[in-house]
Amino acid sequence: MTVIDIESRMAEPVDDEPRAIDPGLSREDKIFHGSVRSIGFFVLIVFGSIGVFLGYQSIPTFSHYGFSFLTETQWNPELDQVGIAAVIVGTFQVALVAIVVSLPLALLTALYISEYAPQRLKSSLVSLVDLMAAIPSIVYGAWGFAFLQEHAKYVARWLSQYLGWIPFFSVDTDPNAALWAQTQFTASAFIAGLAVAMMTIPMACAVMRGVFAQAPVGEREAAVALGATRWGVIRSVVLPFGRGGIIGGSMLGLGRALGETIAVLLIISPAYDIKWSVVEVGTQTTSSLIAGLFGEATSFQLSALLTAGFVLFIITLVVNMIAAVFVGRSRSGSITEA
Amino acid sequence: MSAQTMEDRPVEIERPPAGAHLEAIGVSAWFASHKVLERVSLEMRPGIVTALIGPSGCGKSTFLRTLNRMHETIPAAKFGGEVRLNGEDIYDAGRRITETRRSIGMVFQKPNPFPAMSIGENVLAGPKLNGTRVARSDRDALVERSLTRAGLWNEVKDRLFKPGGALSGGQQQRLCIARSLAVDPDILLMDEPCSALDPGSTNVIERTIGELKDEVTIVIVTHNMQQAARVSQQAAFFLATDGTPGVIVESGDTEQIFGDPKDQRTSDYVNGKFG
Repeated sequence: MTVIDIESRMAEPVDDEPRAIDPGLSREDKIFHGSVRSIGFFVLIVFGSIGVFLGYQSIPTFSHYGFSFLTETQWNPELDQVGIAAVIVGTFQVALVAIVVSLPLALLTALYISEYAPQRLKSSLVSLVDLMAAIPSIVYGAWGFAFLQEHAKYVARWLSQYLGWIPFFSVDTDPNAALWAQTQFTASAFIAGLAVAMMTIPMACAVMRGVFAQAPVGEREAAVALGATRWGVIRSVVLPFGRGGIIGGSMLGLGRALGETIAVLLIISPAYDIKWSVVEVGTQTTSSLIAGLFGEATSFQLSALLTAGFVLFIITLVVNMIAAVFVGRSRSGSITEA
Repeated sequence: MSAQTMEDRPVEIERPPAGAHLEAIGVSAWFASHKVLERVSLEMRPGIVTALIGPSGCGKSTFLRTLNRMHETIPAAKFGGEVRLNGEDIYDAGRRITETRRSIGMVFQKPNPFPAMSIGENVLAGPKLNGTRVARSDRDALVERSLTRAGLWNEVKDRLFKPGGALSGGQQQRLCIARSLAVDPDILLMDEPCSALDPGSTNVIERTIGELKDEVTIVIVTHNMQQAARVSQQAAFFLATDGTPGVIVESGDTEQIFGDPKDQRTSDYVNGKFG
């Protein structure tokens, strides 16, 4: 009897299934958990509904123009010629100029603040750079139009003189002429990009600085103890560790630059041709197109503008998602634990 | 003629130890206004291993870090006194700090290989970082020699291109020793190099220390009394009581410190009565 008893008791836990385990959350935890989760979902719903709204609004445009909406360069609703090919190119030109200019500035600023700046200077430098983000973009636009352009056109001319053989810098005028056509070098993607760069620097710099500051102390000390200079520490520890932050910060800046509206609207003069040159007068970007034509649009034109917005929405979404992947991928963890 | 060849055995040549002579004279150290070391003097001779022992917070790690100017990398850290490497003060304004650190290597408590670099690149990191040119043809030999001296060569020779971070803790620590040896230092400072390791790895590293001591002067901080007794020939007992800065209570031959300490506090500590 006893033997059977023992056997039956031992047989009981043989049921080899995962058990449902109660996480044991307290009431406070459950309330907090629930409210945080619903707020999180609410944000996602708002974001998703913007996308759905834009997508819904673009149905008439796509059904009328079809695929040619993406390939047509002109924007002439009166002639029933509407497309965003040139606008998308212009959008990327302005954004790329902004990134090319702001990436080295943001990177070096972040390196200086995190590696070289004396302790007492650090916090004021950080707030100074953050302050750049607080300036309204219309101010940057006005500054770009009224001040920067007057000086940057000489840079644009110089680029055209010496690098004009590269399609990006070729201008359809003689840059070496004694009375050179100054206006040919203004209101361009280049000048708009410079102004937008001022807005992407603080964001990119903040992301990079945050990542550099997390570079492991142990590795820093290892490099220093081997006789490394500060530059050696940066090269062997900080930059390899911060690579994700550098790429991610630049991509976030790119996302910002793609959507920048008012500063670009103030600086550029609208032109709807696909062209390589970034220094030549005239370009158009998606957001400044929308801002510029929104006021006097008929309901069908409004749909076309919202469709352009929808395309921009998708592009920035993709860019920011890629950025998030890079920022989130920590080098230390991923390789050490491999 | 035959008389000359009578003794056909290698002659034992007494070679002086290759390491350098390090001497701390009246070393004091502060973190901001908090004084952690007061007038510590110690001579660290070539050919022998010096162990720094004492309870936690007695300043022995800080002292070690003043010996290669790592102390001052901490914000608000201050230093007083002199540290002489072969008679020359390493804090002298004319000396290049990177050169000082190159000749006084350091192994840390927590293994810290560069995770983005392979095992081989880790070993070569030192020459690359301090601008010493190593000819491409000499690199493999330097990697092999350094890893062999650190007792790691046989375990990693087939995977030198694998990331250094993928090794076990004990192997990582020996990789860090190899990395320090690759710049050919005169002094090797070790800050509790085995405290994060298992007994097997500890044993290998202690053996490595024994083999290295004729090539470099070794100074080791350790919490482990048995380890200090096993690896060192000279020991210095640090103590800081009731918030006063750390001082050396007693230093001398390891045998004497452990077998016949002069100071009662040393005796109590090495016999496990406190700390």
